[in-house]
Amino acid sequence: MTRRKTTLLWLQSAGCGGCTMSMMCAEAPGLFDTFNNFGIDLLWHPTLSEASADEVTGLLADIVEGRRSLDILCFEGSVVRGPNGSGRYHMLAGTGRPMLDWVRLLASRARHTVAIGTCAAYGGITSAGSNPADACGLQYDGDLEGGALGASFRSNAGLPVINVAGCPTHPGWVLETLMMLAEDGLGPADLDRFGRPRFFADHLVHHGCSRNEFYEFKASAEQLSELGCMMEHLGCLGTQAHADCNTRPWNGSGSCTSGGYPCINCTAPEFEEPGRSFTETPKFGGVPIGLPTDMPKAWFIALASLSKAATPNRLRVNARADRIVQPPAVKDTTRR
Amino acid sequence: MNGESRRIIAGPFNRVEGDLEIRLDIDGGKVTRAEANSPLFRGFERILEGKDPRDAMTIVPRICGICSVSQSVAVARTLAAASGVRPPPNGELAQAVIHAAENIADHLTHFHVFFMADFARPVYEGRIWHEAAVRHFKAERGEAVKAAIQARAELLHIMGLLAGKWPHTLSVQPGGTTRAPDARDRIRLLAIVRRFRQWLEQNLFGDSLDNVAALGSLGDLDVWHRAGDAGFLRLFLTIADDLGLAEMGKGPPRFMSFGAYPRDGAHLLAPGIVEEGRRRPLDTAAITEDLSHSWMLGDTAHPSRGLTVPDEEMAAGYSWCKAPRLSGQTMEVGALARLVVEGRPLAPALLMGGRGNVRARVVARLVEIAISTLALEEWIRAMVPGEPFITPFELPDTVEAEGLTEAARGSLGHWLRIEKGRIASYQIIAPTTWNFSPRDQSGQPGPVEEALMGAPVLPGETTPVSVQHVVRSFDPCMVCTVH
Repeated sequence: MTRRKTTLLWLQSAGCGGCTMSMMCAEAPGLFDTFNNFGIDLLWHPTLSEASADEVTGLLADIVEGRRSLDILCFEGSVVRGPNGSGRYHMLAGTGRPMLDWVRLLASRARHTVAIGTCAAYGGITSAGSNPADACGLQYDGDLEGGALGASFRSNAGLPVINVAGCPTHPGWVLETLMMLAEDGLGPADLDRFGRPRFFADHLVHHGCSRNEFYEFKASAEQLSELGCMMEHLGCLGTQAHADCNTRPWNGSGSCTSGGYPCINCTAPEFEEPGRSFTETPKFGGVPIGLPTDMPKAWFIALASLSKAATPNRLRVNARADRIVQPPAVKDTTRR
Repeated sequence: MNGESRRIIAGPFNRVEGDLEIRLDIDGGKVTRAEANSPLFRGFERILEGKDPRDAMTIVPRICGICSVSQSVAVARTLAAASGVRPPPNGELAQAVIHAAENIADHLTHFHVFFMADFARPVYEGRIWHEAAVRHFKAERGEAVKAAIQARAELLHIMGLLAGKWPHTLSVQPGGTTRAPDARDRIRLLAIVRRFRQWLEQNLFGDSLDNVAALGSLGDLDVWHRAGDAGFLRLFLTIADDLGLAEMGKGPPRFMSFGAYPRDGAHLLAPGIVEEGRRRPLDTAAITEDLSHSWMLGDTAHPSRGLTVPDEEMAAGYSWCKAPRLSGQTMEVGALARLVVEGRPLAPALLMGGRGNVRARVVARLVEIAISTLALEEWIRAMVPGEPFITPFELPDTVEAEGLTEAARGSLGHWLRIEKGRIASYQIIAPTTWNFSPRDQSGQPGPVEEALMGAPVLPGETTPVSVQHVVRSFDPCMVCTVH
């Protein structure tokens, strides 16, 4: 049986290209085998395709004018609206036309529109600080609905923009979304309230964190590279961040927290402006501000003070070291 | 037909990082004038104003998803210079390993995914090497394309062990790195590098890395080329001979490196300048950015005093890119420049009349892969698990600092001013800002604009394939260029 091909067009605008670079780290199967095995026909990708210049502008015209059908539009990077709403901070090369116009035209033609990365989803790092380029996401401007396509946008398949958020995105998040769209489709119930696919957004970065035992006993790191929990002092947002980073590895075996630095909640709208330094936990009266997701405050404080009092010496010592100084006791099995 | 005079606007110019538009005047079958337009402005330098200087560690790497670690290293050096902290020996080694892994991965991506695909185009049908080029390098389908992407993914397992993830790590810090590998991690790092080395020797070089790194002259390279047919480097040399790629894309006869991979006060590849074959020390005080042909407002200034004020009217100029100059001159930067400055014997021999060219840039990148993969193993072996990898740092309230490094594509500099504990100014000059700069007030074209002069154009070509070879031989990173 030959399945119908799923056509995919990928555009990049005001981002860093890092989500594509991350996607190229897909393994078993790799990127092109994934596309091939799921019938995904890559019409054009700026990093991967042979076609350049007029070969591409011809393709874009064909899609806009309905001569070619487009199943999936992937858009990487934020959309810049500046200066003064003109979008001229990114004129798509060779077209004399702002990317702001192109994305509106193409999204109206595509069956699905997928935002790749937090820039495309919500504006992301490009919209940090004074947001000099007036950057926004496809359907969000920070955590407000709107953005380049507007709050009421629905794709031809009836869905809002699918927000595969992350800075960068994990190769699995992107490719699993594309495989699902090609194979079975996604429904509104498969997305969370910020449009993120729930298969990764229903998890917390805290789940499976290698520092969980330190968290349980509030044995905290005070400097980057120490082994302890980074929530109390180093700004870690793993208990609030929606992603499965510690239950599926990055680059073979990694994650931010296993790399010795805090989770900065990069799948969330407005992660780029935490209102404090990224690597420092704000405190009120010595108590860290910010609770683990779904945790009642009074219970958290009660449990934290109890567990802090019960911290085993091993965890107290190892939390402040960059390697295991005191290993877990080996049970003496000769004495019963 | 061939003698016609016309103007082409080529874009979106792909298989570069980011968006690029090249405007060409063509006359008599040749490019007579080129303008490189970097069409995207994001304004990172403005985003950073007023922020806690430590937050640059999170924000600045996100300028670029392909040179992210290079940006991290440059921030780390800048903040280290501001605070006076020095990484311990392990920290320098781990930074070098993380940084080299990215640079090697970038070179690998450039050759296999970005550059070689153009030789598989139908325009070259009938050439003796075309079938091999199609089989190995056809975009998305070539066997070498797929194999190289897998080898790259496995090489980047180094990031999983030492940097948490790639791109956009916070592990590279002013005082070292945040993940202290233990004995198991160290042996696993060696396993990754040795496996990668094996892949390179079997696929890219058809020879040992030592032999490739030891090539000392054009004669050596020629003998090596004819000694067999194994390895994609040999396929490229065959193509380069047939198409005359050594005569194509000649840049300025001036090269610059900020120095790559410092360890114990020395660099694996030294900093410096080579101008018309003469070597002199690097003096970053002589750097200025000229805005005469940019959509930017302000005067020519050293980056420590530079401004980023976009001209919203886009009145004068043709690019968001500023035009950096050293003592008023353009500089070519990149792997070729690093090897020329280091004085590796093969690199000067690859120049034509003292100028870089398409063949030289590509060969230099591959030779640098060999040199730095050998160094990776040495650095990992030199790590001492149990000794510290990081030193804490404190920033003064008011200070100015400079941070320099070499990204895959060349010299990357950051210039920071902290006032009252906040970022008062942060200016960045990236490698492709040098190579793809627009003209300056004296009308001097940027390096790629100069290199495109005289590129041959075939009758009827709308995006001349020679132009594609020349542009991609620089491996431009457009997202870094304007930032």
